[in-house]
Amino acid sequence: MRPTDTSNPDYFHRVVDCQWACPAHTPVPEYIRMIGQGRYADAYMVNWVSNVFPGILGRTCDRPCEPACRRGRVEENNGQKAEPVAICRLKRVAADMKGDVKARMPTIVPFNGKRVACVGAGPASLTVARDLAPLGYEVTVFDGEAKAGGFIRSQIPRFRLPESVIDEETGYIFDLGVKFRHGERVDSMRELLTRHYDAVFVGCGAPRGRNLDIPGRQEAAENIHIGIDWLASVSFGHITEIAPRVIVLGGGNTAMDCCRSARRLGGSDVKVIVRSGFDEMKASPWEKEDAQHEGIPILNFHVPLRFEHESGKLTGMSFDVVKAEYDKNGKRTLVSTGQPEVFVACDVVLIAVGQENAFPWIEVETGIAFDHWGLPVLNEHSFQSTRPEVFFGGDSAFGPKNIITAVAHGHGAAISIDRFLNKQDVNQRPAPHVTISSQKMGIHEWSYDNAISDDHRFKVPWAKAETALANIRVEVELGFDAATAFKEANRCLNCDVQTVFTRETCIECDACVDICPVDSITFTTNGDEGDLRKRLKAPTLNLAQSLYVSAELKTGKIMVKDEDVCLHCGLCAERCPTGAWDMRKFLLITSQAGNARLGGKVKEPA
Amino acid sequence: MTYLTKPHLHHPTLTRNKVGYTRRDYEGKISTLCAGCGHDSISAAIIQACWELDIEPHRVAKMSGIGCSSKTPDYFLGASHGFNTVHGRMPSVLTGANLANRDLLYLGISGDGDSASIGLGQFANAMRRGVRMAYIVENNGVYGLTKGQFSATADRGSKSKKGVINKESAVDLVGIALQLGATYVGRSFSGDKEQLVPLIKGALGHGGAAFIDVISPCVTFNNHSGSTKSYDYVREHNEAVNRIDFMVTHSEITTSYAPGEVTDVPQHDGSMLRLRKLHADYDPTDRLAAMNYMNERHSFGEVLTGLLYVDSHASDLHSALNTSRIPLNALGVKELTPGSAVLEKINAGLR
Repeated sequence: MRPTDTSNPDYFHRVVDCQWACPAHTPVPEYIRMIGQGRYADAYMVNWVSNVFPGILGRTCDRPCEPACRRGRVEENNGQKAEPVAICRLKRVAADMKGDVKARMPTIVPFNGKRVACVGAGPASLTVARDLAPLGYEVTVFDGEAKAGGFIRSQIPRFRLPESVIDEETGYIFDLGVKFRHGERVDSMRELLTRHYDAVFVGCGAPRGRNLDIPGRQEAAENIHIGIDWLASVSFGHITEIAPRVIVLGGGNTAMDCCRSARRLGGSDVKVIVRSGFDEMKASPWEKEDAQHEGIPILNFHVPLRFEHESGKLTGMSFDVVKAEYDKNGKRTLVSTGQPEVFVACDVVLIAVGQENAFPWIEVETGIAFDHWGLPVLNEHSFQSTRPEVFFGGDSAFGPKNIITAVAHGHGAAISIDRFLNKQDVNQRPAPHVTISSQKMGIHEWSYDNAISDDHRFKVPWAKAETALANIRVEVELGFDAATAFKEANRCLNCDVQTVFTRETCIECDACVDICPVDSITFTTNGDEGDLRKRLKAPTLNLAQSLYVSAELKTGKIMVKDEDVCLHCGLCAERCPTGAWDMRKFLLITSQAGNARLGGKVKEPA
Repeated sequence: MTYLTKPHLHHPTLTRNKVGYTRRDYEGKISTLCAGCGHDSISAAIIQACWELDIEPHRVAKMSGIGCSSKTPDYFLGASHGFNTVHGRMPSVLTGANLANRDLLYLGISGDGDSASIGLGQFANAMRRGVRMAYIVENNGVYGLTKGQFSATADRGSKSKKGVINKESAVDLVGIALQLGATYVGRSFSGDKEQLVPLIKGALGHGGAAFIDVISPCVTFNNHSGSTKSYDYVREHNEAVNRIDFMVTHSEITTSYAPGEVTDVPQHDGSMLRLRKLHADYDPTDRLAAMNYMNERHSFGEVLTGLLYVDSHASDLHSALNTSRIPLNALGVKELTPGSAVLEKINAGLR
């Protein structure tokens, strides 16, 4: 193999699994350390700069970081169940305990003469607004609802996300001078374009819930609801109760929100019924666990056949029981088992089988092209549509995803809009800000806590079931207290503190090889990657993780380090007599519009 | 030194040996030696060897004297028996332990000061008596604990870190061991585990006195350009006479070599050493020839390593003294107090 090029920011970035997996590339270990130090406001601001909605995301994020977390791999075969660091819930700790951060918010510069319209007040639009407003842009956000947040406000039940958190975090954005035209739904793009905005950002989400058109749908329509519409009505207080027996169709996170909401509004017999197998359900594992925890059964491999009704009054549903069969290519088909139909009695059905994009308000003559899935034709890096001054982001860009992806789109689109309005090429993307600095403070003293915690993942305490189920506005999760947050933060391996090898000073004494608790380091003769992976002290087949390879050393061997399960404990550097290993903190902050680091007031400890 | 305890988490694919332990289970406390010390590599090689041999840790007794080397038994085999003796007295304490319980595996750890200076007489006599043990000297040629004076194994003409030339001739522990009747004699280098691990495995399975001189650079005081015990010097002058390729039983040997290329040496414990020759005219079963060859190569400045001599018909002190087969702590009252009739018989024999 060729020596690893660590000057490419991607190399060390990839080692920080959580940050690499995060669509917004939030520097996770950086803020977890701050939480461990009790610097909640600093931790909050690191998050706020990167993902705009720390308090909201700390409760609701899809957390792609957690399945990626190295801790989940290193704990494997080391005793109890391997679990990642509770990154998401630590983020909430920062949000809950930060105190007043208003003084840390960016200062606004005078109007720069450019006006930007954002359609929809969801996370993507609000991110665009936040990134552009401090640069002097006049940003106007349009939304049909009275309050900002989009799906954050209408879809996520209050027992998971209190409204005060939404108000606070959307408020920080409007405090930057962003104009909010609430109750003003944009129903014509053509008309909007005549209002002389210099750029338009579309962040209107994927607002249409998919229907299930099977027999009985029309006849029993009164007691059959589309999940996301029903959730919105619950959210806005239009619906406050539900009949006792409820079937929720679908296996995604919306289905989980529907069933848990129904449980709180009077549904005493709520069931989730899903076509696929339990393991293939789209809902995040923890959301399924939470639903089951509240006594909601999940019936899998049931394909809906009919809504059953008696002269228009819904009585239940009939299902065909299926099993999964896989062909040579691993493609799954659901095949009937031939068992008799299953009838499940119910009073109400909530359909949560997916969402669709809908742009009836964008006229053909605006020059904005759509593909055959009904999605806008975009440059995937710049988010620019076929009409140069119109940009898309969030669910309205590439279909339904999640909040953190919408935020990432918002940052990207803001960069594009800023470049576009400064007559720069939107296809040129700014490089991230990267620093790497040694953490050595003295002989075997590091400026990070390199002792490895043996603790297992801590559980977030819950409100008592009888309290939580009695009121839809009572938040179920109580959040970690400071002491537990400290312990959970200590589980973080500090993967951003990189093991950096200097070939020139290595004397090949093997001290690092001998001390490494996870056998990550090998000195051997060079070979191609497949061959090297087999010859390591602990052979590795996890191809998703890189090998860190040095140039040839004095004896003709090379140093190979398998990044996979490195604990970042720094013992290699402690046992190295010549300082050939050093622990260096790699901090990557993605660029944002104007290349300015927003709210860059993350204070180093005095 | 490192202040942390080594993290308990281990690689997810770490395997267990036949007695149910991972390699990590053979570790001890974290080393307090200087970073990069060759001794730590030797500890790692001992850990590897014991894991590979499926040795139950409680079947091992590790003994040592005084010095950097003699601290190391704290850093491996944390679940084994141990005794840290007075300076240079490891061989006699080990001999005593061995006579009391012949069922344990004895590992004697010593250094160049401990064995070639203060304990030279102890070393010589343990070799001479054929105490069944693996005697490992971690040889760095300096007194590290007292700031780097030449030790008795420092080569004449080599330079100290301060630039002083050593005018005294070196004690050659390998030569003495050969002369005094050790039946398994090897030399190795802490920076070459491929050679060292099989050598230690062979020593642990040997039926008599097994001695390994391991050159182990002192990174703090003896790893500079004038040293003959530095990483660079040893690597440049290292001449391995053979490699131990296999440690298997007779029936399992499958690889074939041309005649003369390999020597098979059956061991006391039923295992087998297969030695692959690297020096064509070297015969590790001929003591006299081995000594001559070593001296000859030494005059050319070569550091000869590998298994230098082995006698597969080794016997030990127990057979020479015809001692009890059963460990003393397992003998019952009946054996220990055989009664007045037996006493009369013994007394009669002495009259």
